[in-house]
Amino acid sequence: MATPKALRQSVALRAGSAAFLTFWCLLAAFPLFWVLVMSFKSPVDAFDANPLAVIFGPRTLSDGNGLSIVDIVVGLAVLIYAVRFAFTGLPRMVRAFTSPGYIVAGWAIGAVGFAVVFVLLFFGLLPILLNVLNALVGPLGEPVLGLTTEHYKAVWVENEFYRNFLNSMLVTGGVVTVSLTVGTLAGYGLARSGSNLAFWILIAALVFRALPHSVLVAGYLPVFINSAEILSPILGENAPTLYGQPLAVIAVLVAINQPFTIWMLRSFFQSIPVELDEAARVDGCTHLQAFRLVIMPVMWPGVITTGLFSFLLGYNDFLVTSLLLDAQNQTMVPAIAGYFNRETTTTDQVEAIAAAVSITAPLFLLVMVFQRQIVSGLTAGAVKG
Amino acid sequence: MKFRTFAAFVGPSVFMMIVFIALPLIFVFLQSFQVTQPIREMVEVETCTPGFLTQTCTVEVKSQPVLDENGNVQTETRWVGFESYANVLQMGRVWDAISSGAIAQIGNIDFWKALRFTLTFTLLTLPLVIGLGLAIALAVNNAARSIRGQVIFISLLPFIITPVIGALSIRWLFYGDGIVTAWLEMLFNTDISVAANGWAVEFLMMFYRVWHVAPFAFVIFYAGLQTVNQDTLESAIIDGASRWERLRYVIIPHLMPLIVFIALIHLMDAYRAFEEVVGFSSQAQRITLQWLTYDFLQPDDAGNRSISRASASAMLTMIGIVVILMPLLRKTWRDHRGGH
Repeated sequence: MATPKALRQSVALRAGSAAFLTFWCLLAAFPLFWVLVMSFKSPVDAFDANPLAVIFGPRTLSDGNGLSIVDIVVGLAVLIYAVRFAFTGLPRMVRAFTSPGYIVAGWAIGAVGFAVVFVLLFFGLLPILLNVLNALVGPLGEPVLGLTTEHYKAVWVENEFYRNFLNSMLVTGGVVTVSLTVGTLAGYGLARSGSNLAFWILIAALVFRALPHSVLVAGYLPVFINSAEILSPILGENAPTLYGQPLAVIAVLVAINQPFTIWMLRSFFQSIPVELDEAARVDGCTHLQAFRLVIMPVMWPGVITTGLFSFLLGYNDFLVTSLLLDAQNQTMVPAIAGYFNRETTTTDQVEAIAAAVSITAPLFLLVMVFQRQIVSGLTAGAVKG
Repeated sequence: MKFRTFAAFVGPSVFMMIVFIALPLIFVFLQSFQVTQPIREMVEVETCTPGFLTQTCTVEVKSQPVLDENGNVQTETRWVGFESYANVLQMGRVWDAISSGAIAQIGNIDFWKALRFTLTFTLLTLPLVIGLGLAIALAVNNAARSIRGQVIFISLLPFIITPVIGALSIRWLFYGDGIVTAWLEMLFNTDISVAANGWAVEFLMMFYRVWHVAPFAFVIFYAGLQTVNQDTLESAIIDGASRWERLRYVIIPHLMPLIVFIALIHLMDAYRAFEEVVGFSSQAQRITLQWLTYDFLQPDDAGNRSISRASASAMLTMIGIVVILMPLLRKTWRDHRGGH
């Protein structure tokens, strides 16, 4: 169908709109892209004033770290194939090998298996293969692009960043599981009850959502530090010091996240017709059975979306984790503050950049896989109120 | 739904919110009127140094903390009224500054410095976030369908990234010999030191916040644009409305509820800005209210945390939250009453 003449846009308007969009995309992606490039270069190249020197890394190259044209072509081909397989072949395999009830477990095993195979192939087998290839093809095998992974090795192996990674996973995993369990129950209750009490709970949650987190932490800190003393009359000798415990931080983050979670889940539950509950109730289900057997199976999209936002809150948190965890239980985001605060040499800075990229990579994957859910989650709250 | 079923469903969530949000709030309120200090006592100590013929002995009165039987420092908690608030607000210095006519002096007091920056930051970024978000939404809506997915993907990146890391990634472009600073130096042929200039840092912090939040506004406006009534648009065209008039009188009124929603969320979030200070290491030049509380909570060189002062500054921060929330709460209340 041709656009009506009145709606047709002038060339200038279309060009302007396209130019603006290009500009925005550059603005959005450039800082992240640049940090990614810097993290693979030797410090001298990474902070060079000439952008081409940063991209091609001549001094990284002269240190003997570089990729040849063959490396780049083969590496990119493997990467593209891996991504395409993840979006087409993997879902098919997961569906073929799991029975319908265990689809979530099937996805978890599939994703972990894919990651392991990819790491083994890409970082284990491929370099050996390319070494042989480079020797065979002559001039095409000469390194042209400076690239080094030494900063990543320094961060993950020497500075034991994997400990922080595991702590992050523990805290984030705990926050997502607990807040979804508690939140779905509450969201369902609130969506199906029109009482005044439900209204007041939602209003209180709205006020709690606006609270600065430091206000709450000011309340926890003295209690958590002295908790062994405070709890000893009840628990006796075994009273724990809550300060520095990942479990205590999980509880705190779940509570901070609750207001947002129940608002969002409530709006998802409201979009499921009440007739569905009523039908289940007529067939003799209790409220809990109706919730578990009838409503939850159609709620998965909403739960996944809310889970994503809980994940982001737990993963991105700096304030709560940096104040309530001690050094040995530190998560990734506060740990990075240690890098750029000491910032004595440029090597330290590039290591901080490599750590930052390591933290961002999982989020990047998350947007790639769950883009639609994130968009629907953002709009769910706004459009429905 | 019967009350008992409702309570069973909502109970765990309400319990968590009471224990970890409502109770801490009450604690903070009480703590802001208390001070916990180690009990100190005055002890006469005689120190003797060997001298010629006789020892030289001096007696001095020292103040030292009282220890209990386990060797721990004993502490006592006193009610001090508004002392902590006075310590945070430092009204004495404020009045001095006003009476001597040097208003700029107020900017040296941490709390007022933080308040000034937080308010400027919140109010200046607000129109920018809404404007940029709306512009991107209109541009994407105008673009070919096939590229919209990719554009949304790229746009989501600044929003999804860990705030501290996002701030850092912009800092690395500007601070020291960052690439953008190098370009600017070439362009203007001068030496530029971004990190040393308070206003430059302030600008970067605002730039980061707009970069971080505009995608959120964009996604919501974009969803809103899909539901614009086409009939109204067509009748506007028939009435001879120009493109600008259609935007002004049809599209923006349609998006108004969403604009209000984004404005409220942004006010709440920008008012409690914190990660910018960490990411840009701007504590020497620009601090925010939430960072002030955080700083009081951090152990100082002697390992003490000034909990009471943190509580006082936290309660002062709360006043702003109440002001921001007031219109929203009134509107929700009216809707609720009207709905029955």
